Amino acid sequence: MSAQQTESATPPGREGAGSAGGGRFAARPPGPNRPPRPVRDGIGLGLAVGVSGVAFGAAAVSSGLTVWQACALSVLAFTGASQFALASVIASGGSLLAGTAGAILLGSRNTLYGLRLAEVVRPRRLLRLPAALGVIDETTAITLAQPDPASARKAFGATFCCLYVTWNLATLGGALGAGRIASPQAFGLDVVGPAAFLALIWPRLKSGRTERLVALAGVALALAMTSVLPVGVPVILAATAALGGALAPPAAQHSALPNAGEASATTAPPGLDSAAPDSTSPDNTSPGDPA
Amino acid sequence: MTAAWIAVLATAAGCYALKLAGLTVPQRILADQRVRRFAELVPVALLAALSAAQTVTNGQAFDFDPARLAGLGAAVVALVLRAPFLVVIIVAAATAAGLRAAGIS
Repeated sequence: MSAQQTESATPPGREGAGSAGGGRFAARPPGPNRPPRPVRDGIGLGLAVGVSGVAFGAAAVSSGLTVWQACALSVLAFTGASQFALASVIASGGSLLAGTAGAILLGSRNTLYGLRLAEVVRPRRLLRLPAALGVIDETTAITLAQPDPASARKAFGATFCCLYVTWNLATLGGALGAGRIASPQAFGLDVVGPAAFLALIWPRLKSGRTERLVALAGVALALAMTSVLPVGVPVILAATAALGGALAPPAAQHSALPNAGEASATTAPPGLDSAAPDSTSPDNTSPGDPA
Repeated sequence: MTAAWIAVLATAAGCYALKLAGLTVPQRILADQRVRRFAELVPVALLAALSAAQTVTNGQAFDFDPARLAGLGAAVVALVLRAPFLVVIIVAAATAAGLRAAGIS
């Protein structure tokens, strides 16, 4: 990833968010005169992923939801996988109850993300209410990849704000244009999600054997259960792979046992942050922006 | 209010409640090393599963779309070559889009 450009002060692959993408707060040299890394990373990811809201808006409307229903989901639910799940169940003629249950179940992973984020971001009481809305895959990945709590908070705020605005505008655009634009697939937008998720966990996969085993087991579980369980449930089930990894004997685990603040940068694997865009990347144009 | 609106609002309320629950759970739960390790591995397992599911399944059926598979393959190549995040995404989408424009799948 961009480690060679943005982390030149440390040996490549030796800094980052090894433990869970977080927990190890290694020192990072002050950057040159540009926006803080966490903010740039967050905005880049927000724009890149947010545009796939076009795909959701289009999918929702073609599945039978109204434009306003599509927008309400993006504004209030704001968790892509659940939104897509509900739309796909409605499109396939499934029951609304099953669709709702599946979508909510799919959102339960955000609870687990919230557990980790609360530790790093530590929002104050009232701020928790708006912050909770932003607890999703992308904000978690970026936030936990930051080297210290201050950067983590900035990264969370930047990613959340940028992604929220972009996702909602894109949803509206996609919903309004559903009948007019060609299939989002023509722009390869259906690959944006899978590629982004893979890129976000890539550094973790390189960081330890347990991580790779957990990821493989998660994939195997989810795919094995695809035709048996309702849409969305197999992915939730993949969390049991993480349970297995967590209960595995420590000896088999990667050395970096998570200890916020004291994990060593020297044993740390490459971080999620190296997965983030850097200032030299082509820019923030969206992949497959149907312009 | 139509049934679809009820489904939309129930989904939104449920998803929000689940997010808030994670943020408000007492921190001492994370004091246990195994719980902490679990919370760390969860994103790895779920994001990997999500990536795979979105690539090769469509609803409850498998759907091996050549262009999509090639797009993800291109993303892997980009990752191995240490490309920046946005480049990985663009390469993946462009590969799939290009193949489709060429009439594949």
